[in-house]
Amino acid sequence: MRGMRRSMFIDGNTAAAYGVKLCKPDVICAYPITPQTPIVEHLAEFVARGELKAKYIPIEGEHSAMMATAAASATGVRVFTATSSQGLSYMQEGLFFASGYRLPIVMAVVNRSMGAPWTILAGHDDAIAQRDTGWIQVYCTRGQEILDMIIQAYRVAEDRRVMLPIMVCFEGFVVSHCYENVEVPGQEEVDDFLPPYDPPYKLDVDDPLIITTFAEADWWLGFKKLHDEAMEEAKKVIEEVDEEYAKRFGRRYGGLLGTYRCDDAKVVLITMGSLAITSRLIVDRFREQGVRLGLINLRVFRPFPRERLLKELEGVEAVCIVERNCSPGGYGGAVFNELRSTLYSSGLRPLILDYITGMGGRDVTPRELEEMVAHAVKSWREGRVEREVTWVFGRRKV
Amino acid sequence: MSRLSERLKLRYESIEDLPPTPLFKAGASVLFETPWHLYGKPKVDYSKCTKCRLCWLYCPDGVIKMAEEGPKVDYAHCKGCGICAEECPVKAITMVME
Repeated sequence: MRGMRRSMFIDGNTAAAYGVKLCKPDVICAYPITPQTPIVEHLAEFVARGELKAKYIPIEGEHSAMMATAAASATGVRVFTATSSQGLSYMQEGLFFASGYRLPIVMAVVNRSMGAPWTILAGHDDAIAQRDTGWIQVYCTRGQEILDMIIQAYRVAEDRRVMLPIMVCFEGFVVSHCYENVEVPGQEEVDDFLPPYDPPYKLDVDDPLIITTFAEADWWLGFKKLHDEAMEEAKKVIEEVDEEYAKRFGRRYGGLLGTYRCDDAKVVLITMGSLAITSRLIVDRFREQGVRLGLINLRVFRPFPRERLLKELEGVEAVCIVERNCSPGGYGGAVFNELRSTLYSSGLRPLILDYITGMGGRDVTPRELEEMVAHAVKSWREGRVEREVTWVFGRRKV
Repeated sequence: MSRLSERLKLRYESIEDLPPTPLFKAGASVLFETPWHLYGKPKVDYSKCTKCRLCWLYCPDGVIKMAEEGPKVDYAHCKGCGICAEECPVKAITMVME
């Protein structure tokens, strides 16, 4: 009745492609870029074999890819695109249009650090640089989560309370090219969970509209206010959808935040993306030594989950953030700055230590994570922070 | 069900009036008067006009319609750019400041 579930040994990109296939998009328009390429290759193959009844548009670049995807979405059909790094920044003008048009586009962003220095390897800086474009941003830890989040993303984006585009982000190579067993749901159960897209407005020759013409100066900011309110609504919708997905498919991710052993924690480690998996190991190790350490996996960066974070950080005395992004001259990474801003009016005053690492594809090993947490725990025990922002780079000690 | 284009407001009074993104029925510009007349209004001297239609062709706002005696300008939408006067080969159109 629920359709056949299959277990497949696939990498993150393939999981994304299968997730998209199950959502039956009508138009797929993307330009290949490392490390995202296999996603569009798989999708092109599905379309060529007739397994996916979609219009596949091979296009000349990412700027056009975003514009064509947005235009297709404006005609009231379900769309998908994917990119990475330089491609994402090349799209930037279109990103503002897609979100300002209030189009429920789902885009996979395979995170790769921005050049220069040139690299094709992991880093969250590409997506973080687009945080103000008005897109929802979800960060995934592994292949199964990517597949599940692509399906959930359409539900969130197309919800009438939201109507916003969404980036499903995951790190290049460490997640995109990492193989694991992924449970692929049956088509019928996905169809039940995700009904066909029913647009509130669309470009239609029988009912002609102008979508997003010039906004008068009096009202331009009013539209942005509505955009901001939709982001606040998205927080509720993301959690509802996570709950319903868990009931139907048996996998729960925690909505805005994934938490691990946070209940009585005095020190909390905050990470985004795949680092959360390694971090669980570290939490267990510290717990064995009697340190009340917990983990928050910041799954959603936009909208920023202020309320949930404040709830989780009640009673917490030190926070250790490990993040794969940086803002030269900005004093610490994006999570560090947003979290400190969130705490300012709350009365909560944990010590906060920020560790910037893992960019340009640099691995973050369990031993290093352990050292970072140990450094944070030392500061917590001493009750003072000597250095708030630490850059962890260079060659590993053998 | 009435068509969405017919249900949309043409003017907003408060944030409650706003759709999620600016939406108007197609062709809504004819419902608004947008006379700017930057370089004056084009006046046609029909005694000189040869009805060659170059003004009609060149008008970037499409506000010139051809009538029996020659071009008629929709002054409620003309921006007064002066292109019609510039292009008229017999100088039948002059820009008049009011």
